[in-house]
Amino acid sequence: MSARAVAAYDVEQAFDVEKIRGDFAILSRTVREGRPLVYLDSGATSQRPRQVLDAERAFLEQHNAAVHRGAHQLAEEATDAYESARSRIAALIGATPGELVFTKNATEGVNLLAYAMSNSATAGSECERFALGPGDEIVVTEMEHHANLVPWQELCRRTGATLRWYGVTEDGRLDLDSLQLSERTKLVAFTHQSNVMGTVPPVAELVRRAREVGALTLLDACQSVPHGPVDLGSLGVDFAVFSGHKMLGPSGIGVLYGRRELLEAMPPFLTGGSMIELVRMEGSSYAPPPQRFEAGVPMTSQAVGLGAAVDYLSAVGMDRVAAHERALTERALAGLSEVDGVRIIGPTDSEHRGGAVSFVIDGVHAHDAGQVLDSLGVAARVGHHCAWPLHRRFGIAATVRASFALYNLESEVDTLIDGVHESKRFFGVG
Amino acid sequence: MQLEQMYQEIILDHYRNPHRRGLREPYDGESFQVNPTCGDEVTLRVALDGDTVTDVSYDAMGCSISQAATSVLTDLVVGRTVGDSLSTMDSFVEMIQSRGEVEPDEDALSDAVAFAGVAKYPARVKCALLGWMAFKDAVGRVREDDSDAEQPVEAR
Repeated sequence: MSARAVAAYDVEQAFDVEKIRGDFAILSRTVREGRPLVYLDSGATSQRPRQVLDAERAFLEQHNAAVHRGAHQLAEEATDAYESARSRIAALIGATPGELVFTKNATEGVNLLAYAMSNSATAGSECERFALGPGDEIVVTEMEHHANLVPWQELCRRTGATLRWYGVTEDGRLDLDSLQLSERTKLVAFTHQSNVMGTVPPVAELVRRAREVGALTLLDACQSVPHGPVDLGSLGVDFAVFSGHKMLGPSGIGVLYGRRELLEAMPPFLTGGSMIELVRMEGSSYAPPPQRFEAGVPMTSQAVGLGAAVDYLSAVGMDRVAAHERALTERALAGLSEVDGVRIIGPTDSEHRGGAVSFVIDGVHAHDAGQVLDSLGVAARVGHHCAWPLHRRFGIAATVRASFALYNLESEVDTLIDGVHESKRFFGVG
Repeated sequence: MQLEQMYQEIILDHYRNPHRRGLREPYDGESFQVNPTCGDEVTLRVALDGDTVTDVSYDAMGCSISQAATSVLTDLVVGRTVGDSLSTMDSFVEMIQSRGEVEPDEDALSDAVAFAGVAKYPARVKCALLGWMAFKDAVGRVREDDSDAEQPVEAR
């Protein structure tokens, strides 16, 4: 595939952040009054390198067709490109291609699982392990993004099951003592890295506890897959989700991972074209996974773009991405800790922690600090970052969040710290 | 600098020394409003004497723009009729949603013209409107209660 060749990234042995930045045109623009853009919002969405944009364009200009239908040459090439992307993404996360379902985004992936579990109540005996009712439990954590909370609240509402959650300690770690699973726990859904605090919970221990009671596990890997090596197979989770647009890829594409035997037993969520085996007026049977969960003509250039993003990340090396972001995170934690009146929400050391750093400034509301940062060219996120219960847990309405990616510079962390000082000065608090 | 254009001195004054802050009795209508994008919230009470606003009291958690806008609001509506207050709100909403294209009505808006700079930042418009939305809702609740009382049950 020519799209593959375009995407190949010729790296040197050393991690060359300036060279990487050269692939991201947007990073050289200015904002507001001619300030160089300091993009510290990759936790919300990452920027896309030229190689990803080129791959999408090359696909659309040379190979575009509806996949998994039609027998003409373009249909063949488009299907190959789509399935090749699936294989490369699977290889990145230690999965096999058949275990990856393409979705619109991670949110849709979580909803797919939640609705498949709903549908299991009426889908026959092989789906029993997914079905739940009154007395059964779904377990989440207090640090979840709304995307891994609200679908479970809704599933509980529909089925009469009970939602329970692990609490969060004062220093932003998961409180494993706050909850005991029971024989009625059907699913434990938890984040791989808090999108607010950067906290990485003890996945192995959570999986062990879930297995002990026969519960399924779902890992929200949105904030981990783009930022370091992740091997879902060795983590032992049953399901996982992540989004393309947070890992240098396009928006409109995400992934639901499910262990093969589980996907094979699970009933569909969306039904229609592509996902069938046999259709009669009286009823239908369904294709094996992953097609069973991909009804309708799927997003194709987006899948190709995500494949190119994975090639890019793989060529740089996920270990090196992680090491670079760890250095940025440590610099941010150290710099912010030295500012009077700044309180970091979450772990203040870099152990078991990724590159999302959220904080509050005494006397300066997060929105106001964000405005000062914006005036300096710093794009940081302000608000509750779709983790409202977590903010309530800490008695705050909003935080400022800086989140890093492989293309950020140490000098950009320094600009952030300068902006925090400037916020205090502007609002007259020290 | 753009920042100073947005955060006019009047806004910062109201933020540091908010007018009529705190929840008071008696009141006729109360509203709780929240900005779902940032989690900021306000509880606002309105006391009326006939058609005249006699007090506005509030408890708010939010940024300088939402706090100052609510403080200025109380200056603009207390002592005036509900009708006049809501037409002032209309002028304020028009200005704040104009992206800076509409010349603010200084006679109607008084101190609130200081928020003209906020209109250039679409993400902050909701902050400036939070208190006003609560005011409109609280007044609406008073009127609903009144009409409930006046109308016979079968006419509803």
